[in-house]
Amino acid sequence: MATVTIRDLHKRYAEGFHAVRGISLDIADGEFLVLVGPSGCGKSTTLRMVAGLEEVTSGEIRIGDRVVNDVAPGDRDIAMVFQNYALYPHLSVRENMAFGLKMRGTPAAEIDRRVADAAAALSIEHLLARRPRELSGGQRQRVAVGRAIVREPEVFLFDEPLSNLDAKLRVQMRAELARLHRRLGTTVIYVTHDQVEAMTLGDRIVLMNHGVIQQIDAPLAIYRRPANRFVASFIGSPTMNFFPGAIRDGAFVVDGDAARLPLADDGSGLGSGQSAALLPQGPAVLGIRPEDLVVTGDAVPFTTAVIEVAEQMGHETLAHVSVGGSSHVVRVPGDRAASPGDRLSLGVRPGGVHLFAADDEGRRLN
Amino acid sequence: MKEPLRITLLRHAVLLLFVAISLYPVLNVVSISLRPGDRLRSTDLSIIPPDWTFESYVKLFTEQPFLRWLGNSLVVSGVVTLTGVALASTAGYAFSRFRFIGRKATMLAILTTQMFPATMLLLPLYVLIAKLGLVDTWLGLMVFYTATALPFCVWQMKGFYDTIPASLEEAARIDGCSRAQAFWHVVLPLATPGLVITALFSFMTAWSEYIVAAQVMQDESMFTLPLGIKGFQASLSSQWGLYAAASILVSIPVVAVFLAFSKYLVNGLTVGSVKE
Repeated sequence: MATVTIRDLHKRYAEGFHAVRGISLDIADGEFLVLVGPSGCGKSTTLRMVAGLEEVTSGEIRIGDRVVNDVAPGDRDIAMVFQNYALYPHLSVRENMAFGLKMRGTPAAEIDRRVADAAAALSIEHLLARRPRELSGGQRQRVAVGRAIVREPEVFLFDEPLSNLDAKLRVQMRAELARLHRRLGTTVIYVTHDQVEAMTLGDRIVLMNHGVIQQIDAPLAIYRRPANRFVASFIGSPTMNFFPGAIRDGAFVVDGDAARLPLADDGSGLGSGQSAALLPQGPAVLGIRPEDLVVTGDAVPFTTAVIEVAEQMGHETLAHVSVGGSSHVVRVPGDRAASPGDRLSLGVRPGGVHLFAADDEGRRLN
Repeated sequence: MKEPLRITLLRHAVLLLFVAISLYPVLNVVSISLRPGDRLRSTDLSIIPPDWTFESYVKLFTEQPFLRWLGNSLVVSGVVTLTGVALASTAGYAFSRFRFIGRKATMLAILTTQMFPATMLLLPLYVLIAKLGLVDTWLGLMVFYTATALPFCVWQMKGFYDTIPASLEEAARIDGCSRAQAFWHVVLPLATPGLVITALFSFMTAWSEYIVAAQVMQDESMFTLPLGIKGFQASLSSQWGLYAAASILVSIPVVAVFLAFSKYLVNGLTVGSVKE
């Protein structure tokens, strides 16, 4: 097991594309760190630089105490699971798992023992004699994970390992990976574009966009206090509702005076310990998660809106409403009637207010 | 869905017709090789003539240097095949995996050589070989054949490598392989069908080539099979029996090589390695 330290890492391709722009990260020993972001954000490039499959333009990568910038992938003591599994098609499952150990000159008896252990841990003992083409997607994924764990590396790298599986299998493998990490305690760097994987698997999440880290924090902390509008919109499903407007006289006024939310200091709306007086006056964007935009009870009253579309999920209904000319989503409990045409009086749950700057960066204000 | 009988019959009839068209010349040659004397034409339609004899075959081995020509051809074709496979497998890999200055230009240049008919290349290549002092040597033939077979083989191998996912090599490198080891342990085994095609093509280029050999080789003891066999055909009296018998024997190794390699030509070797 080892720490991974990344300092001011850059990746610029020959054709000029600047994929990673100066990221720095400290990954603790045994930590499960998830790199997440939209496609093209630089997360996979970062992972591939840690793996040694991509040259570092500038910056430093350390695994443990060793700078590995110029170390060959095979000498970094890492194992990687690829999105497309990358199993050797001409080798059996057993040979696939043993390949890395064989290349390192591990004694045959030791290889047999480790392959047997890994196969048992992943319940693939009965597949050892088969070729990859004779396996289902889920089985291939297990073999790919098995090939990584027999190596007993310092660090596991996962590059979107579940994105080729169907939804049901993905949930199952997700739980299995979490269990595996708990048992092995090895440092993991895991790349995904799926925020659910990021939220459920990571000890910490690194959210990237355009080659820059937007926020590093524990999953719930990112969910509760997104650092900017991009993070707020990326994490959470359905996505956060945004209302462009302005902060004026202790309240947030939605553009065109479509709605008004008082920003009192009493802990309602803004959250405890925050003062409306400290907020900059002027244009801003108000963000409210669908579950914080509630049909009024003890919430701070905000606006009224008519349901345009109601998506019945059973345990809840996602009501699409229009406020100030744009569409927003409200989570209505499943036991409450909500049909198109119904008028809802909406309020904001205490602590449910996120205020962001109106500029492109959209930094958090409260 | 079951096909109507009519269609099945029609399909078989068409197929049989084509089989007949392909087989007729071969059977004719077999027939000539079995006739006594040098009867090219015959009013007899039977494939095996009533007075059939192995006389031509026996003469080929006892009175003619057929075995020597066979040996010569095997050496030349073998070396051309090995060189072709070694060079095409590595050059194709470089073109497929590396991005270097002049890559596209070189690939186009290689392709361009394929646009000239072989007879047009004959003179310049002969001059080259003469200047290199390789006239009447096997090396001259080998250089000539390798040079003409290689462009196609390089392109063919490049195309084959393009279908092998790069992530397999990356996995191998993380598993501790150097780039060369990844190529040897992972890429080459997967490229077997491509290598077989390259080998067959190189072999055939050298095995059945006549025009170039006729220019380069002069010493009869160094002749390859096509050159030697052509010698049976003279302006006044052609030895058709020997000619036909030799033709049949020459095609046997080629058929054998095809049969031996056919199982490697099965595609889809990479199925299941990665999920697209």
